[in-house]
Amino acid sequence: MAVVVWIVEGTWPACVDAARAHTPADTEIVLLHVTPAEVPGAAHGAFAGLLGRGHPERDPGTRLENLAAASAEQLLRSAADRLGRPSTAVERNGRVEREVVAATAGADLLVLARDGDRTHLGPRSLGPAARFVVDHAPCPVLLVWPEPSPGLATMPPPR
Amino acid sequence: MSIFVWKDPALNTPLAEALSVVLLALVLACAVIRPFGWSEAVVAVPAAALVIVTGAVSLDDALAEAEQLGPVVGFLAAVLVLAQLCDDDGLFRACGAWMARTSAGRPRRLLTQVFLAASAITAALSLDATVVLLTPVVFATAARLGVRPKPHVYACTHLSNTASLLLPVSNLTNLLAFTVSGLTFTRFAALMALPWVAAIAVEYVVFRRFFATDLDAGTQAPPATETPELPLFALLTVGGTLAGFALSSVVGVDPAWAAFAGALVLAVRALLRRRTTPRALLRSASVPFLAFVLSLGIVVRAVVDNGLDTALGHVIPAGTSLPVLLGLAALAALLANLINNLPAVLVLLPLTAPSGPGAVLAVLLGVNIGPNLTYAGSLATLLWRRIVHAHEAEVELKEFTRLGLYAVPASLGAAVLALWGSLTVIGGG
Repeated sequence: MAVVVWIVEGTWPACVDAARAHTPADTEIVLLHVTPAEVPGAAHGAFAGLLGRGHPERDPGTRLENLAAASAEQLLRSAADRLGRPSTAVERNGRVEREVVAATAGADLLVLARDGDRTHLGPRSLGPAARFVVDHAPCPVLLVWPEPSPGLATMPPPR
Repeated sequence: MSIFVWKDPALNTPLAEALSVVLLALVLACAVIRPFGWSEAVVAVPAAALVIVTGAVSLDDALAEAEQLGPVVGFLAAVLVLAQLCDDDGLFRACGAWMARTSAGRPRRLLTQVFLAASAITAALSLDATVVLLTPVVFATAARLGVRPKPHVYACTHLSNTASLLLPVSNLTNLLAFTVSGLTFTRFAALMALPWVAAIAVEYVVFRRFFATDLDAGTQAPPATETPELPLFALLTVGGTLAGFALSSVVGVDPAWAAFAGALVLAVRALLRRRTTPRALLRSASVPFLAFVLSLGIVVRAVVDNGLDTALGHVIPAGTSLPVLLGLAALAALLANLINNLPAVLVLLPLTAPSGPGAVLAVLLGVNIGPNLTYAGSLATLLWRRIVHAHEAEVELKEFTRLGLYAVPASLGAAVLALWGSLTVIGGG
């Protein structure tokens, strides 16, 4: 059984904890982080917008790519430490939601956190990326609250 | 127009116009694509020589253009060197530590600090400093705090344009407009202060709403405790340079001298402490870029004088009423998105200068804020993406463009309204 845990800045600890709590100790666990291509891309583009400023070695996008790789590695290491079990770290680049779906090919479970408005139960507790992944994932999905969930009283009244 | 009288009749006007337009396209394309890794000046300088030799622009006109652009280019070089020396001194690193400390691990607070830092740095040290030097620091800060970096990096790219309205030094487009507007440094800043604040405030509201999801995610990393030494000397030199700008308009000296003095103070100190070399200083002045700007100015002059002035003359409204200012800003934003804001401002300045400083400043609002609409600047950037980065994964364009569609019309509208208010209260002078 292979479980993919999607690690995202800000919400990952709940996913790691859920993976530990809900899977047998000998489960093969994959910690997945995706660096969005558009972040270094925006810096590349802004530099290109400075028409004629030459010096490709000054391109901040390249520095961002290196920084992003370093920070992803750090994040995945923290996640592995918190998990406290053998695991595999996988780092991908590109469109986040599509990369996550692609990484779940052949997996038995995907663990991810809500990434939308979490002040009350629904209706927008999923952001665009998580919504896409839940919608398209080819495997079962374990969707967790990054922090203790809001009480039932916060549920919007029926219309 | 009277200038036609002075022109060398070596080429007739339609032919001269065609040649100039082709050369301009070539210069811009080569600056973007950089074939064979060529410097941007390699094509621009011969192109400028060619428009002069063929008589598309007379030697006198070319000299007049160079005379006008020369001080601008020198001013720009001084600011580029000043920013690089501030970075060498650790100013941007200290700025990152300040953002990390004061944001207290809260993404919304961090966004506020990024807005404050990027606005101040863009205004004082130009948009180049924000794009090249601040953006990586902001990313590193967000990563260290465990905050999702996207809103903060996008804020840097947007503010490098939007926050470059305040001072003549904030953007090369401003320097070009400043010289033809006839405004003093302080009057320019006084008129642009309100539009600057208005445009940034609108961007802030748009960012808070657009990135609500990313900003909602908390942080895990403990707040950073390292506090690098504040580069007080660099900070005071920048402050002194800004004071020098203000003083220059009182005394009636070219404000470029204040920038030279600031750069000189930091350069001498860095050389004495062996923190930099003359070679590195020369590199940070980007000499080929300066030659590129001069040559681009001459080629654009040929394009404008050989027919574009009469063609665009019908489209460009005269006066400084609110609808006219809005129209000018919209036209400028459109042109900046079609090509790039640098040639756009070079084309529009001679055509709007007769209407007075108000019209010139409206053009500036358009060419400075407009580039946020298309992916980081212009269709020229799209060309760059196609050719230079064709091998890389396609970057998500949709989101950046959607953000621009919200931010640009709103911030541009607010800025024009604020400019109109400033002109009414302070007067165009």
